[in-house]
Amino acid sequence: MSQPVFAPWDDPNEKPLIRFENVTKRFGDFVAIDDLSLSIYESEFFALLGPSGCGKTTMMRMLAGFENPSAGKIELAGKNIAGIPPNKRAVNMMFQSYALFPHLSVWENIAFGLKRGDMSKADIAARVEEMLKLTRLTKFAKRKPHQISGGQRQRVALARSLAKAPKLLLLDEPLGALDKKLRQDTQFELMDIQESTGTTFVIVTHDQEEAMTVASRVAVMDEGQIIQVATPGGIYEAPNSVYVADFIGDVNIISGTVKPAGENMYHLDWVANEAPLLAASERPFSDGQEAHLAIRPEKIAISTEKPTEMKNAVQGTVLDIAYLGNLSTYHVQLAGGQVIKAQTANTRRLSRRTITWEDKVWISWSATAGVLLER
Amino acid sequence: MRRFFLIAVPYAWLLALFLIPFIIVFKISLSDLALSIPPYSPTAKDGIWAMFAAFDLENFTFLASDDLYWKAYLSSLKIALISTVLAVLVGYPMAYGMARAPEEWRPTLMMLVILPFWTSFLIRVYAWVGILSNEGLLNQFLLWLGIIDTPLTIMNTTTAVYIGIVYTYLPFMILPIYAALDRLDESLIEAAEDLGCSRLKAFWLVTIPLSRNGIIAGCFLVFIPALGEFVIPSLLGGSGTLMIGKVLFEEFFNNRDWPVASAVAVILLLILIVPIVLFQRNQQRQAEVES
Repeated sequence: MSQPVFAPWDDPNEKPLIRFENVTKRFGDFVAIDDLSLSIYESEFFALLGPSGCGKTTMMRMLAGFENPSAGKIELAGKNIAGIPPNKRAVNMMFQSYALFPHLSVWENIAFGLKRGDMSKADIAARVEEMLKLTRLTKFAKRKPHQISGGQRQRVALARSLAKAPKLLLLDEPLGALDKKLRQDTQFELMDIQESTGTTFVIVTHDQEEAMTVASRVAVMDEGQIIQVATPGGIYEAPNSVYVADFIGDVNIISGTVKPAGENMYHLDWVANEAPLLAASERPFSDGQEAHLAIRPEKIAISTEKPTEMKNAVQGTVLDIAYLGNLSTYHVQLAGGQVIKAQTANTRRLSRRTITWEDKVWISWSATAGVLLER
Repeated sequence: MRRFFLIAVPYAWLLALFLIPFIIVFKISLSDLALSIPPYSPTAKDGIWAMFAAFDLENFTFLASDDLYWKAYLSSLKIALISTVLAVLVGYPMAYGMARAPEEWRPTLMMLVILPFWTSFLIRVYAWVGILSNEGLLNQFLLWLGIIDTPLTIMNTTTAVYIGIVYTYLPFMILPIYAALDRLDESLIEAAEDLGCSRLKAFWLVTIPLSRNGIIAGCFLVFIPALGEFVIPSLLGGSGTLMIGKVLFEEFFNNRDWPVASAVAVILLLILIVPIVLFQRNQQRQAEVES
């Protein structure tokens, strides 16, 4: 039995919950968001990913109502929300600093938003209890924010922003202040909560691993523009540009010119005196066009003997070995001077490793292992 | 050993400049008026035992019997209290404005608040005589504008005392409030708005409670000196304003009744101990929360 795939973005009849339409935001001369259009659907866990200063926080602040677009419009459930103040929007935000009220207890922090509406006292108490249970904070209800740990504070912030059952929850670098182990646990917790509440989450992060883990779709941003929007798998396996390929995970980029070599197959001339590389591509390239082949290190095999069955095989020297425990990354210098990273899982004990520094090795990959990119 | 010296220095300071003078004043308050030098008896010259035997609480019972004194205490309390409230009302918006001002402006604004301290306090209070008197700058200005026909009588009224006290102690109100507001994380206000507060509501529910310690500290810093204030009521308040500081001065210098003046001072100190202890506790609690 297979579950239906959650992919409202592929359904043309689906109405987006949020729609950015040619949105531009300027701060003085600085263009923070540059003519950006984007649709986010209900129940999505959407990640805005990019380096600092790429405009992702500005996008979030426009959704929350702290900033208004200089041009274009933002729709929430079909209504233009420009000019509506933050307190009148069915949107809540979890702040990067958590912004917990230090003078209020955990309980009062969570109840803060509920008390602003016309809920009865009993309903408020019931809702707060529910949120406390959801975030496993029941024991800490009476504590003040400075009396609990960073991870607990993060959960209070989450509970507080979820308490009003917003249509849309914005999370600004929600896990930035946590250490790595806690961050990983919390990522799964976030996903569980998102799934069980069905709320649409938009998360802003500069941590690509985090975005890949939690999100249903990821938007990679740079300089106020969205470079690519796709599922984590799509972003990783089929980046649309060298920028995206390089931003997400580790990648080898081999640049050269292409020659067609059959249906959806191309030869890449990348360095003199070496055989051209064979790469498959759905995207058409013209003869002699400049192109970049992006290959993930784990898709490259490394061996001492020349492999026979692989389409692409290049000889080089081992320059460095990065031992990560479960994986080893070999930095292999090719004849042309380019260094290629190849990664293998350490299925054998370290002492039985056959390849070491300065060894002559072969690195190889199939025609479909890499992605051929225009830019 | 080093720690001992570190503690010993401030304690020696307190002992020499607070406790010993207080004991002397307290001793005088137990004595009787005498036409001699010093103008009270008994003194240690009469022998220690004789001196102790002659001590009594006569001056304190006198203070209780004459209603001038408790009226002066009450009036001082009232004036100090109202001045403190006025100082909050004037000082809070100023501190808020400073904390919200652009970063590059803040040192200048801070300087403007502190600047008056560079001039003698006495001269500044005298300057208010020139402003508030019937032929003063304020009345001339208002007459010139045509708002009033006859000069307002502000000098030698309680109003002038309020103006003087609020003016003098305003920086003590502004600075602690500013310090509290300056530390306030802007995202807390945004979070409150995000959770459904209007600007005003967010100010009331977040900004005010989080600057409370600053307000309390400022109130004590104004209230404590205002209660014993002597210069401002005697320069601006005229004969109609009754304040215990002025009574104390008159007992001491005009009546040359050192024992009664000392008794007045001892009672004043006892009254002040309550707010001082509360102030200390507030500071301590704040330090605990921040650590």
